[in-house]
Amino acid sequence: MNNRYAEIADKAWRLFVVYLPYLWLLLFFLTPFLIVFKISFSDPVIAQPPFTPLFDWTKNGVNALYVTFDNFVFLFEDDLYWSSYLKSVRVAAVSTFCCLVIGYPMAYAITRAKTTTRNILLLLVILPFWTSFLLRVYAWMGMLSTHGLINKGLLSIGLIDEPMKLLYTDFAVYLGIVYAYLPFMVLPLYAALQRLDLSMHEAASDLGATPFRVFIDITLPMSSAGIIAGCLLVFIPAIGEYVIPALLGGADSLMIGRQLFNEFFENRDWPVASAVATILLFILVIPIMLFQRYQITDGTSGNE
Amino acid sequence: MRQRSTFLFTTLAFGYAFLYLPIVILMVYSFNDSRIQSVWNGFSLRWYSALLNNAQVIDAALLSLQIALISATIATILGTLAGLSLTHMGRFKGRLLFTGLIAAPLIMPEVITGLSLLLVFVSTEQLIGWPESRGTLTIIFAHITFSMAFVAVIVQSRLSTVDKSLEEAAMDLGGRPFRVAIDVTLPLIAPAMVSGWLLAFTLSLDDLVIASFVSGPGSSTLPMVIFSKVKLGVAPDVNALATLVITLVGIGVVIAGFVMHRMEKSRRPHPQAIP
Repeated sequence: MNNRYAEIADKAWRLFVVYLPYLWLLLFFLTPFLIVFKISFSDPVIAQPPFTPLFDWTKNGVNALYVTFDNFVFLFEDDLYWSSYLKSVRVAAVSTFCCLVIGYPMAYAITRAKTTTRNILLLLVILPFWTSFLLRVYAWMGMLSTHGLINKGLLSIGLIDEPMKLLYTDFAVYLGIVYAYLPFMVLPLYAALQRLDLSMHEAASDLGATPFRVFIDITLPMSSAGIIAGCLLVFIPAIGEYVIPALLGGADSLMIGRQLFNEFFENRDWPVASAVATILLFILVIPIMLFQRYQITDGTSGNE
Repeated sequence: MRQRSTFLFTTLAFGYAFLYLPIVILMVYSFNDSRIQSVWNGFSLRWYSALLNNAQVIDAALLSLQIALISATIATILGTLAGLSLTHMGRFKGRLLFTGLIAAPLIMPEVITGLSLLLVFVSTEQLIGWPESRGTLTIIFAHITFSMAFVAVIVQSRLSTVDKSLEEAAMDLGGRPFRVAIDVTLPLIAPAMVSGWLLAFTLSLDDLVIASFVSGPGSSTLPMVIFSKVKLGVAPDVNALATLVITLVGIGVVIAGFVMHRMEKSRRPHPQAIP
């Protein structure tokens, strides 16, 4: 009898461990997307909440489905949205590439440092993760302003005659994204490079390969998992970035995250905001699935 | 060889200067007496005293701390359970979807998460009358949702490195899964839970976009107040606030890292998982 209770308790524990977090995520992470999807097919109305219900329960209990494609038609017809999507993809792609170019040698150099130095260097890469994203982006506002330190420096060495407009430009947005997301690039690269088998390098060098060839033929391909993970960690959130274009970009910096935010808070058009989000999700489906694949394979390799 | 190490050293120097210089300069200018950032008028603490007398900032900071404490604690519990279920529970129905649901919040653009969470709260309010109003409670729920994924990843990576033999021994000696989890697994993953909690805490303290979506009138968190102040340009009292926040968090993280390093050393040599 005692045993049966114990078995029931074991089952209950298992159910609790697995399904409590599962249910939470289903309820607050998966359902939300379905609702966004649903509302992107409804009409905006001036009410609270400001959209027409997709299901109308009042009509004799019959489920009258109400769908409109107006929001999507609106997005397709307005050049503003097209160019915002394109520009977001471009900004995210270029910033990701810059992060890779800066982050790769950094990660490589960290793996080559002595253990104590390496731990400190790693801590210094991780530390920005913990400090406020908003405040780190804000720090650039002072640096880039007309009378900021960069302009002052350039003026004093005589490189420019009058202050350049740096803040509220596209350049500032690129800079901000590279700055804010660089640690996300360095850490997976470091993890990949650290696992590298150095005997391969030695073998290649012994056989007469130049350092450049060793890098191209061995280091680069063997760290490809880290490169992909790092690029996705930068690219995906950067596409929907709101804070950086809002603080550092000009009024005309058409990034889609900012467009969505404005559509929602300024125009109060929830259905169009939902449609913007739906299309953004469709753009991101492939990168997100790639990321998941790398997450999962990474997890299993750790179990070996 | 020499040439190469010079190159690597230069990269590191530039990389770290890039990461830290803006923050250092911001901190220096927070002590500037002048209202204009670029003109140095001498050392002063006036922005700090202005900050402490600003009731709006203090209230927002207290609200943010409260939200961060509650959401980090619940997120750590849920995230640890999620990490356990991915490593210790074998196969279960919908495992693939679950792994997806754990990984997605890590990279999902915040505007999407924020918008979709708000729409959920609006829908549940229509259907079952909950939540009655949006504010602190909805922000807490939203923060739990995205930070539990971070906790789960940290705990999971820790669990995949710990030695399974202790747990197996406890099981063989007749320990029920629940007791083994509490008596054996929990102490093993405690450091990961602490870093998970700290990360969840700072993520919550820092979040602007998601909180803006799900918050209601009257509940302004610290990032929301900061953002509204700096939207139009540099604000000297925000420099002071940033200096305080960054210094406190920096000290906290370094101490936590040091303590955990010591705990780790006194236990057994394990490869430290990096969050």
